[in-house]
Amino acid sequence: MTRVLTVENLNIGFRSEGRELPVVHDVSFTLEAGKTLALVGESGSGKSVTSLGIMRLLPPPPQSRARGKIILHSDEDIDLLSISEARMRRLRGDRIAMIFQEPLTSLNPVYTIGDQIIEAIRSHRAISARKARERAVELIDQVGIPDAAARLTTYPHELSGGMRQRIMIAIALALEPEILIADEPTTALDVTVQAQIIDLLRRLQAETGMAMLFITHDFGVVADIADRTIVMYAGQMVEHGQTEAVLETPLMPYTSGLMRAVPELETAGLNQGELQSIEGFVPNPASLPNGCAFHPRCTHTLSGICDVPPVPFEDAGNGHLVRCKRWQSILENAE
Amino acid sequence: MLRFTLYRLGHSVLLLFLVSLIGYTILHLAPGGPLSQYALSPGMSQAELNQIAERMGLNRPIPIQYLDWLSSFLVGDWGESFRDGRAVLSVISGHLFATILLVLSSSVISIGLGTLVGVLGATRRYSAWDYLATVGAMIALSIPTFWFGLVAIYVFALRLDWFPSGNMYSIGDESFLDYVHHLVMPSLVLALVNVAIWSRYMRSSMLDVIGQDFVRTAKAKGVSGRRVLYGHVIRNALIPMITLAGIQLPMLLSGALVTETVFTWPGIGRLFLDSLGYNDYPVIMGVLMFTAIFVLLGNLIADILVAIADPRVRLE
Repeated sequence: MTRVLTVENLNIGFRSEGRELPVVHDVSFTLEAGKTLALVGESGSGKSVTSLGIMRLLPPPPQSRARGKIILHSDEDIDLLSISEARMRRLRGDRIAMIFQEPLTSLNPVYTIGDQIIEAIRSHRAISARKARERAVELIDQVGIPDAAARLTTYPHELSGGMRQRIMIAIALALEPEILIADEPTTALDVTVQAQIIDLLRRLQAETGMAMLFITHDFGVVADIADRTIVMYAGQMVEHGQTEAVLETPLMPYTSGLMRAVPELETAGLNQGELQSIEGFVPNPASLPNGCAFHPRCTHTLSGICDVPPVPFEDAGNGHLVRCKRWQSILENAE
Repeated sequence: MLRFTLYRLGHSVLLLFLVSLIGYTILHLAPGGPLSQYALSPGMSQAELNQIAERMGLNRPIPIQYLDWLSSFLVGDWGESFRDGRAVLSVISGHLFATILLVLSSSVISIGLGTLVGVLGATRRYSAWDYLATVGAMIALSIPTFWFGLVAIYVFALRLDWFPSGNMYSIGDESFLDYVHHLVMPSLVLALVNVAIWSRYMRSSMLDVIGQDFVRTAKAKGVSGRRVLYGHVIRNALIPMITLAGIQLPMLLSGALVTETVFTWPGIGRLFLDSLGYNDYPVIMGVLMFTAIFVLLGNLIADILVAIADPRVRLE
């Protein structure tokens, strides 16, 4: 297995009213070629900020600040947080590409999709317009849009959401990046289109061997696509492990809470499958609770334990990591 | 596109008709009239006044006068000036060049400078420059054009003697540079307010676009900062500005009226004011209709340009 990216103790803070609000705390993970890592959490859990931080697309300091290491492994190791913006620009789109949640607004309305794919290619490679156009047709074909050559001259508003997301994927894959970051790429789409896009991403990953960082809040999608899964809460990693392990035996009460909040086909309409929500809200980064950030919303909270720092990120065996002081007793009670 | 244009043209004709009707009505509601000038002449008898009125067609009912004016207007006969009997169209065209010169040069200044100030304000948001531009725009917007014109004349013409205080050219010179020399002050004074307006709109339009998802996409593609700014942000931010330019046109023309008066610029604006003083109905109506046509045409062109610049509008 080839490691392509290592994130080490990534901390990201935003400047607000004169002080820095930490929104991502000590996030560490690795991405491997041909594998997919899912980043799961509610809105405000820091998953999108983490991905934008890797792309260095957050507002420049002092408005936001990222600390730690983001190492891109290639011939030499490059720490993305310490290189110049000019060097970062050359890596963006070429080595690390990204697709976004809103396919409807992610393409420039005044340019044809051909122009937008070609722009990505020619921002990194000095090739002729004709060559770039040929490559664009190839890419449109690759993402499963029929009649590729004719699509070059269409404008984004003439395409459906699913089609536009396919174009976004074509743009992202234009330079065969080692890493694709997908920030909730299916959230804004119909369920059937969602499944098509997931299938497409899986097929393209198998063809190109790229590593994928897949951000979502949907456990159904996680089960479909991810090899490993990280659950984030209030900017921290709270659970990390092989996807099967996390889904079958979630150790952190937050993870099981999130999973219970997903409607399932088998239980829909049946009494025993009542949908459960997690009470309360994601805490404000300006005033995180003491101890475990989740304890005010957790049904297993014990005062004197859960509200006392530190809460270590423990290995529960087989590389399944959990940030919960009570995971063992909760697991025993369940059995 | 053709249907759109034809539809807009039909719309414009209807508007022109309404403008003429309202203009004609208001003109006749105003006290006095063309005859009041003659009535001031010593020894003018009522019989003579009636004779003049009959010659000018002023003794007929106003609706008849209007219909008469309208039917000649439609076939291109805009009437003759009460003042000197010259054809209205030739009077207007004699003043046209001066106004077009003034409006055009001040548009170039206000659009160019306003865009620049707005772009800089948006890309360097909250910088010292941005605050300076904001305060500057406030001041420019609060100064009445005629006052600013008078101050400019006092400082740059009387005190410093850098520019002439009025007129379009020096008698006996009339070289290109002489025109430019005369044009500097009036066009800058006329542009001032529009630079302020344009830069504010451009700044907020830019900020709107900078926050759009497709700008983030362009950055994620690794497009250079300069290309993101020119190719994506400014390209999209300018679309609403085309419509604004169309809307600004009447403001510019009414601004020109004041500026032309202050700088004794021989344009349409001054012709209009002079004609009002003389109750020269045919010329007043002529200038009114001409200006209305000009404004409607400007808006029509703006709409067509928007349709060209924005593919989402094109299909309508």
